Formats: sequence, structure tokens, C-alpha cells
Amino acid sequence: MTITELKRTPLYPLHIEQNAQMVPFAGYEMPVQYTKGIKQEHLYTRKHAGLFDISHMGQVKLWGEHAAQALETLIPGEIQHLNPNDQRYSLLINEQAGIIDDLMITHAGDYLFVVINAACKEKDISHLRDHLAGDCQIEELTEFALLALQGPEASTVMKRFCPDATRLNFMTGARFRLNGVDCFINRCGYTGEDGFEISMPAVNADEIARALLAEDEVELIGLGARDSLRLEAGFCLYGHDLNENITPIEANLNWVVSKSRLQDSDASYPGIEVIRHQLAHGTEQLRVGLLSEGKAPIREGIAVLNEKEEEIGTICSGGFAPSVGKPVAMAYLNKQYTSLDTRLMVKVRDRIQHVKVVKLPFVQHSYYKRSK
Amino acid sequence: MSGLKYSEDHEWLRVDDDTTVTIGITDFAQDQLGDVVYVELPDEGKQVTKDEDIAVVESVKAASDIKSPVSGSVLEVNQQLSDEPEKVNTDPTGEGWFFKLKLDDPSEIDQLMDEAAYLSFIKNS
Repeated sequence: MTITELKRTPLYPLHIEQNAQMVPFAGYEMPVQYTKGIKQEHLYTRKHAGLFDISHMGQVKLWGEHAAQALETLIPGEIQHLNPNDQRYSLLINEQAGIIDDLMITHAGDYLFVVINAACKEKDISHLRDHLAGDCQIEELTEFALLALQGPEASTVMKRFCPDATRLNFMTGARFRLNGVDCFINRCGYTGEDGFEISMPAVNADEIARALLAEDEVELIGLGARDSLRLEAGFCLYGHDLNENITPIEANLNWVVSKSRLQDSDASYPGIEVIRHQLAHGTEQLRVGLLSEGKAPIREGIAVLNEKEEEIGTICSGGFAPSVGKPVAMAYLNKQYTSLDTRLMVKVRDRIQHVKVVKLPFVQHSYYKRSK
Repeated sequence: MSGLKYSEDHEWLRVDDDTTVTIGITDFAQDQLGDVVYVELPDEGKQVTKDEDIAVVESVKAASDIKSPVSGSVLEVNQQLSDEPEKVNTDPTGEGWFFKLKLDDPSEIDQLMDEAAYLSFIKNS
């Protein structure tokens, strides 16, 4: 047995001070919850402003004259046409159109700022280096921290520290001074609420986190609530809802696939033919949302059954949804069962529970979209 | 002293009379589990042997099996937990009780810990 030493983020002392329950996550010792508990932390974020330490995530800088063009050879989205400050959600995909990771890309002026999943850092960086090394510069920002400030009061708080950042539209980002520190701030998040993700030098993370936390509206929120918030928002969690055997079309992420690149015979990225084929002919399975009519949480790995009790799919993410007040889940189902309101069943410890296919998200998104 | 008896699996047991007991999970257990969102209770009349899985408690985080600390048959379950599972967190040894058992062998109770022994058990575990 090999014992790998868990890494710590710059906020580790703060987590301990705040009585966090620390758990191993993607090679890091991370706070799953603080003293309030997951449910209260979840509800707090939907009402006020939650502060999340997401410094375990990978931050990467790509630059060089052809960086955008180079990155497009690995993803199904459009990067070359982004305006400065624009941010996009995208996917690294393999030759079978399987998803290697999901990521956020911001046009940061003279470079692309990319955020990748903690558990995928190593494989993503080697993937980028293997394919792009000759075409652009790749630098992993290891000495940086990442904080997310999420919730309806996030902007009120941000206004006191950095009023300019509150003028950012949803899915845009830029450099700002915050608390006297040079930061990169995106208006985005993983909760479905308005909010910001703030990238900063690791050495400044503790002081910035404490400054934000000193505001009345702000509480620290753990990874447990981060997961229940993203599930309600209908967002995919890599390693659960997405993996290397699932395509963007099966994951119902068609909006991530650029139509104009599909029509462009010169455009090329791994799996492009698979995507064209699946868009034309459909897929066997599709990711959908399921709302439970029972009370027992429906967890990942549970089989979804049709009325004859035949297995027609599997739960990929599921749990109790505090803002919905009942269990919700996402599942991959055989295509014929994916229309809205289809009634299906799951067996939780041999007890049948009814579920129905519903539209995602489970909780309406409330992003900041500036009127033009 | 509370008069409750405790198992190493963090269940408590209260002796109601010579043959019946009420069973739930301890304050320590609920704190470890976090917010309870669902409790699956046994059917009334079910026969259970000591240390057999008899209920499931689900928190936001995970599902955990609850073992019966003694043998017997289920007399009654706490229906209130169906609508208010959070009672397990807020009042674990009161309104958050799980079920009542009719004992097969009252002497099994003697094998359980008293409060002082349990407190020292959780301190050292």
C-alpha cells in the first residue's frame, strides 16, 4: 500500500480554525463542512454569500500568438472568436469524443486563463503539453489560490472590495485589485447563483479570505454544500456525471459543441466525427434530471428501472436537495425513456421508489446579466 | 446519570419496562452523520437479532446502517421521523427515537455500556 501525502491549500489554517471537518478530496485535505453542516451551509449560500476554498482546482495559463487556435484543436468549442474578457465552459475530449475533463476558459487579454478539475490536473497538463507544446506556452499556476464567492449577496460584498468587478457580466472575467492584491476575477460559479471566482497569489489567499469573511453576509461553505448546490443547478461533476466514456452529446451538453466548427470542413478536434454522427443519428443514452416522489436519497450507482422493472439506466449523481426539499438525481437513461414526465422507478435497498424525468436545473439559475 | 444504555455502534437504549425498550442513535452519532434527511425504519412485528442491521439513516453525506443492540421484535416505530428526520439531529435521545422492541432476552441489556463507560468509549475511539 502506498500512502500519498495529502496536499493542503493556503487556507488550511483557516479551515482548522473554523472547525471544518477535513476530508481527503482529489489528493487534498479539504473542508467538507464547517460547524453549521451541509444543509444549513447550502441554504445560506442560496440566501446570502458563501465563500468556498477551491484552491485545489488547477489553474493554467496558455499564451502565444496561436494559443486560441491551438486549444481549439482539443475542444469542441470556439475560442478564437472570443472577445477579450469572455469566458466559456468547454471540454477536453478524446478520439472517441469521450470527455477527458470539463474546464473554464477566459480570454484574459494576452493569454487564456484556464481552470481545470483538481483530480484531472496531471492528466490535463500532460494532454495539453503533448498536443500543444509546439504551438503555445503552457504554465500551470501552482502558486495561486482560487476562492468562490457565491450567492445573491456576493455582488453586494464584492462592491465594497472592488466595485469595478461588479460590472462584470455573467461569464466574463478580468484583472482587478482586490484588497490591494492583483487578482483575476470571473463572474461565474458552480452553484447556479450570481457570484465570482477569484484567482490570487497563494501568499495573499489567507488575508483575502479573512477580509471577505469579516463581512456580515459571508460565511465559509464546505465541499459538501458545493456538491448539493451544483446538483440542484444541474451541473456535471467530473468523474461522476462525465468521464472518458461519455460524449458531450450523451451528457446533454450539445450547447458546448460549436455548430459553425462542425460545419467547417477545416475544423478538427478529437472525436469530431463521433459528435457529427451522434448529432445526426442520436445516442443510445442521455443524461437527464430525475425528481423523486419518495423520501430516500437516490445515490450514484443505483439502477433506474422501467415499469417492467427492467434496468434502463443508472444514477450518476444524486442526493437530498436542501432547496428543493426532496431527493433529486441525474441519470444516464436509454434514450426512449428520456422525455419529460416519464415515470420510472428506482430500488433503494429493495424498496421501490417512483421518480420522474424533469427538466434541469432543479433550482432556477439566477445569474447577473447586465442589460446592454 | 441518564439511565440510558449504549452500544459500541453508537445506539442508545432506554428500558421502558421489564420487556420493552426504546432505541435510537446517540448525540455523538448524529453529530458524526451530519444533517439527517431520511430514516428507513423496520416494519412493525419484525424479528431482529442482536447486532443485525435494522434501520438505515441517511444524511446529506451518506447512508449508514443501524444495528439493533439487542434481540427482539419491533413493537412500534417513530412515524414522526418520516416527515421530520431532522429530529434525529435536534433531539436524538428524545423525539428522535427510532423504534421500540419487545425483548427476547432482557439479560442482553447488561452487556451494554452505561453513560460513563460510553463517554469514555467515544473519547478513546
